[in-house]
Amino acid sequence: MSNDIFVWIEQFNGTPAGASWEALGAARSLADETGGGVTACVFGGEGLEDVAQEAISYGADQVLLAEDATLADFRVEPQAALMAQAVRQAEPGIVIIGATFRGRELGPALAVALETGCIADCTALLFEDGQLVATRPIYAGKLLSKCVIPERRPQIFTTRVRAFPRPEPDAARSGEVSRVEPVLAEDDIPSKVTGFKETEGGVSLADAGIIVSGGRGVAGPEGFGPVRELAQMLGAAVGSSRAAVDAGWIPYAHQVGQTGKTVSPDLYIACGISGAIQHQAGMRTSKVIVAVNKDPEAPIFKLAHYGIVGDLFKVVPALRAAFKEKLG
Amino acid sequence: MHIVVCTKHTPDTEAKMSVDDAGNVSWGESPLIINPWDEYAVEEALLLRDEHGGKVTIISMGPEDALEALKHAVAMGCDEGVRVWDEACAGSDTLATSYVLAKAIEKMGDVDLILFGKSAIDAETWQTGASVAARLGCPSLMYTIDIAELDPDGKTITVERLLEEGRQVVSAPLPAAVGTTKGINEPRYTSFMGIRKAAKMEYPLWTLADIGAEADKVGAAGSGVRWPQVFAPPVREGEAEIIEADTVEAAAAILVEKLLAEKVV
Repeated sequence: MSNDIFVWIEQFNGTPAGASWEALGAARSLADETGGGVTACVFGGEGLEDVAQEAISYGADQVLLAEDATLADFRVEPQAALMAQAVRQAEPGIVIIGATFRGRELGPALAVALETGCIADCTALLFEDGQLVATRPIYAGKLLSKCVIPERRPQIFTTRVRAFPRPEPDAARSGEVSRVEPVLAEDDIPSKVTGFKETEGGVSLADAGIIVSGGRGVAGPEGFGPVRELAQMLGAAVGSSRAAVDAGWIPYAHQVGQTGKTVSPDLYIACGISGAIQHQAGMRTSKVIVAVNKDPEAPIFKLAHYGIVGDLFKVVPALRAAFKEKLG
Repeated sequence: MHIVVCTKHTPDTEAKMSVDDAGNVSWGESPLIINPWDEYAVEEALLLRDEHGGKVTIISMGPEDALEALKHAVAMGCDEGVRVWDEACAGSDTLATSYVLAKAIEKMGDVDLILFGKSAIDAETWQTGASVAARLGCPSLMYTIDIAELDPDGKTITVERLLEEGRQVVSAPLPAAVGTTKGINEPRYTSFMGIRKAAKMEYPLWTLADIGAEADKVGAAGSGVRWPQVFAPPVREGEAEIIEADTVEAAAAILVEKLLAEKVV
């Protein structure tokens, strides 16, 4: 096994996932410490030459590129088979994958194929006495766990989305792109993708740099109006507490918290959310948290960095107007 | 149709988790419950059984506490419950756990569908379903939000599964491993009759020998991952800086200035 690192690059119809660049950035930092190389694995349908070049600009030393119809739609079987073969040939000591829906399925499948460990949803990766130590939240972030893969290789890690910074691309970087062929033929892949229904509009919670969330305090479906308007003004995603989802004011897809999505934006604005521990579990790692609530005793003010005690139906529109004045 | 649902027990979601200096995790007085995400898998299995006939078996690898999860699932309506355990299984990561579950499912022989919750709320690895699918070499359909079609005679299933950009429609032959997610159904409550049935039910205990598993592939010996340290996250110091001003507009303007200075907008 070498001290090289493989990173699986996820893309959808040729658009790479931000989580993959975050994983690549984490890999670059680790490789710079050990003197190892970083290989980006770009496996998909036709037209991924640009993604391969982008991977180099984001820190890869070389790219393994497979363009084949069997890899066009994500299915874990052909991706895992090709990753496993590439790993067996090059013997990297580490594999890093972004912890998206796809990555969370690929990581464990690859671990089984290679009879090794996969540490999921890492929020930090650091060498301690030569051993790579991963930190990851457990019990909805109520506790943290340090994990290691002491013996087996490669060590597989999935990185929680937005837990690692996205590196600055450098177009001047160069690297070699090697073509590889898929391992499985279409007849060997049991599942067939027969359609795709795209989520309509809006910024997705997972990728959002800013999230504006509403809770019980919005008091009804129409109460999300000012929350949405502020979000739109900021190019932000709309989130919600469980209370608002359970009340039927907004679909579950917007729920942040232990039984919803875990998010980590640069800015989280909680409007009329008291801040139950289950909600905090989903947003506590946000960089800056703002709380707007009429109850000065609301637990959210213990977690927030800034707070305004007041009626969200007055404060939120005022915030929107103040942002608009500054940002135009 | 024989549907198997894999489950585990976890501390309640309301539990205040703590850890002592020796790294022992405690959930205080909180009860152990079935992993809440697994209730969606159980509910889906029951709906499919009621539509297509057959039986639902709930299975868990775990010590006696795992019976809590099995009993809840039987109280919901599962027909049989099996616990797999051996002291050698302690310290299993998902690589080892998936080996044990796959061996137990292979022993059952006639399984058409294996259902999972999306993750467990304790260790939150999201890995067991995909690992078991890989072990069994059967189609892996994780994060399924809708089972659009199940044809027990033609032995095929069509699901819609979640990806970041939307829903992927996938068809696969049975047996298949399906990971469920919230939104696929609304899990039923347990009934008094169900709880009584679950209390009376016998839950066979399968050992490693029963399922033909090798001891060096389970527990810490069969695992890739170790977790030497568990600790409480650092508590953020102090409370929020409360912005106060004569008018709402003035307070909003002050806050916006501060957020711009933080460079988060």
